[in-house]
Amino acid sequence: MKVVHYLNQFFGGLGAEEQAGIGPEIRGEAVGPGRLLEQVLGDGSTVVKTIICGDNYAAENLESVMETVVNEVRDSGAELFVAGPCFVAGRYGVAAGALCAAVQAELGIPVVTGMGVENPGVDLYRQELYIVDSGENVAEMRDVLTKMAAIAKVTASGEDVGRPAEWGYIPRGIMKDEIVEESAAVRLANMIVAKTQGQPYETELTQTGFEPIPAPPAVTDLSNATVAIVTDGGLVPAGNPDNMPAIASTIWGSYDIATVDNLEGEDYEVYHRGYDNRHVLNDPDRLVPVDVLKELEKAGEVGKVYEQFLSMTGLANPLANSRRIGQEIAENLKSAGVDAVILTST
Amino acid sequence: MAQVTAVTPVAKMVGSNRVIQGKGIVYPLGDAELDAEEEKDLRRSIVRQALEALKTEV
Repeated sequence: MKVVHYLNQFFGGLGAEEQAGIGPEIRGEAVGPGRLLEQVLGDGSTVVKTIICGDNYAAENLESVMETVVNEVRDSGAELFVAGPCFVAGRYGVAAGALCAAVQAELGIPVVTGMGVENPGVDLYRQELYIVDSGENVAEMRDVLTKMAAIAKVTASGEDVGRPAEWGYIPRGIMKDEIVEESAAVRLANMIVAKTQGQPYETELTQTGFEPIPAPPAVTDLSNATVAIVTDGGLVPAGNPDNMPAIASTIWGSYDIATVDNLEGEDYEVYHRGYDNRHVLNDPDRLVPVDVLKELEKAGEVGKVYEQFLSMTGLANPLANSRRIGQEIAENLKSAGVDAVILTST
Repeated sequence: MAQVTAVTPVAKMVGSNRVIQGKGIVYPLGDAELDAEEEKDLRRSIVRQALEALKTEV
């Protein structure tokens, strides 16, 4: 198998941080970890090209490095592209992920990389790529490359790679059907028995990891602040002007409340299939508390109630979609001069 | 941002920093069991807690 291998300046033997600004250099042979990669791939596999690039250069010129790498891989007729492993080197990981994703998309050949789970490249590319969990210890190089080689060979043969835990890669969030002998009830009971006895067991429902969010500073003087109401409960004006879906919404809406002092059920609809909507339809203030917030505005406790409330349907949304919507809503409110938000969630 | 929800464990799990206990999933700021005036008092008290949270460093 013909292989192109990407390394940063450190693993490529050019130097440490002082060489991080160096642009892509091409070598016609395996370099450093690439020699080990040839060994563990076996079957006469050859690294026909090694591309070495400084971490800072790659981070600052990612688009052009991507173009260079895709062209080099194409010209070499490679059947496999390998980047890293990068362990917990952040800039290296982000570049390796981007390059693997670009080669995979442009050339359709197998790609594989390796990173420690804390590497920021993991969150960015785990869904698209096989990223072997390298841990942070560079001394594990042979073990990591062996896992990367195993995944590369299976992918190249067109077969499916098995479960993350068995193959040593970071879960991509892919669900696959599987025939099992025991019913869900039996499996559940076995898990509970194992748990109560302190025995190991494996959950079938892994939780997504969430990054900590830095807390925004307090708004100490609310009597001079503009406060907005946002809800994920799916409240929209009657007629549903934005066609808000009742499940898995990809949109959000912004609706005028400048001239109303409380919300009347007849003026609103709820598009959210995840809770019994009748109580909110009877009185939408139960979800979007315009009535009391406007009273507090009149009383001077709140400077201003923002003249729109923002709404979306928070039900069965993929995380990436929810993050995008959250960012869009935050940007919208920020540019409108809103100082603080009350988010109501059903 | 202060988040009002009846399901506080979910809000905390995803990293919400200012979480206020809502009354119920079907009405975070209401209660159909109460009469109108009591219900509005409840809502005012929850909104005030949210405002208090916004004013507090975490």
